[in-house]
Amino acid sequence: MSDGTKTDVPSIELRTEALEAILTDAGLVNADGLNGLINRFVNDVGPMNGASVVARAWTDPAFKEQLMADGTGAINEMGFSGPQGEHIVVVENSDELHNVVVCTLCSCYPWPILGLPPEWYKDPAYRSRIVREPRTLLKEMGLDLAESTDIRVWDSSAENRYFVLPQRPAGTEDMSAEELAAMVTRDAMVGVAVVDAAS
Amino acid sequence: MDGIHDMGGKQGWGTVEIDPEEPVFREPWQGRAFAMGAMSMGLSGTNLDAFRHGLERLHPLEYLNDGYYGRWLKTAELLLVDSGVIAEGAVDAKARQLAGETVPDPEPPVLNKPEYERGGGGSLREIDTPPAFEVGQTVRASSNLATGHTRLPAYVRGRTGSIVALRPAAVLPDATAHFTGEDAQHVYTVEFTSEELWGEDAEASTLRIDLFESYMEVVS
Repeated sequence: MSDGTKTDVPSIELRTEALEAILTDAGLVNADGLNGLINRFVNDVGPMNGASVVARAWTDPAFKEQLMADGTGAINEMGFSGPQGEHIVVVENSDELHNVVVCTLCSCYPWPILGLPPEWYKDPAYRSRIVREPRTLLKEMGLDLAESTDIRVWDSSAENRYFVLPQRPAGTEDMSAEELAAMVTRDAMVGVAVVDAAS
Repeated sequence: MDGIHDMGGKQGWGTVEIDPEEPVFREPWQGRAFAMGAMSMGLSGTNLDAFRHGLERLHPLEYLNDGYYGRWLKTAELLLVDSGVIAEGAVDAKARQLAGETVPDPEPPVLNKPEYERGGGGSLREIDTPPAFEVGQTVRASSNLATGHTRLPAYVRGRTGSIVALRPAAVLPDATAHFTGEDAQHVYTVEFTSEELWGEDAEASTLRIDLFESYMEVVS
């Protein structure tokens, strides 16, 4: 590699380093700016935001009413806003209806409340199959829905972002919002899992 | 465009594994590719729709082989080269230099950022024209195949569904991705049955998708 001869196509890691070097030399980016953005999505913005929204909706009927009527407004009032959160629509799961969210064309996802999407959400298998055979795929992913539960799939094709309000598990009536939030998973807020009080 | 990105309903991709321990970024370069991808829109004077179209413009094998953040990096490069912020071949040359090769830098680029009217930040817009459709109407998704960027996926084209909600108006990605203007339109959530989309043997479910006004026609 160091003898000056031509090598194979540079790795994606090296290309990343190269682009950063070019943009840094041009004064267009700096390490602090990049690190700030990275740290925000590693530490500050993630499913814990959405979990606090869900827990509050479960424990505060007035908030839930507001959340269902104006998801964006209610979520912004909790302090969660930003890119990929221009218009958030909350959809509620029940025994009769199960909602699940996808972006078949890319990876649209409600960043302010869930952070960046996980690998499975971006996987071609998820993007291709959840719109065509959701019950089969959800079962493969560990969620075996009752036959009597209808499935509604939301394909996030424009700038509306869909956020699933999972069902509150039975036996959690005495739990605080904080305790409830700790049980709410990212996967339940996309609709590929349910919230399990035992976990 | 009919590209590799338009995955709804395609078959043969296998199953989905969830890694409950997945970190936000598995490797440090992925975080940096994400951050530069996010910044590349502003630096290149483009927009989110042009970025999404950039992902689609990658060769299908690149799209798949480079992984998610690899795509972001390649798309950042693409937009920055298109806009003349960095030279074509500059990243390749720099990467080879970092690896110890002796390669010249390409000639400096000529700045060529797109010029077009923007009606504000973000994608949502207030528009004066009344909605052409209303909730409850039966509509058919257009069969027209856009050669450029579109948010009308192949699997709903030509299919009949019903409008279930009117959403905030938004810039038309088909226009903004190509810098021809904004053409802000009403957006509707349309519901399709699985039978309509996938045939009578389809697994029972319903599909809801957001369609721009010009993607639809009324079924009489």
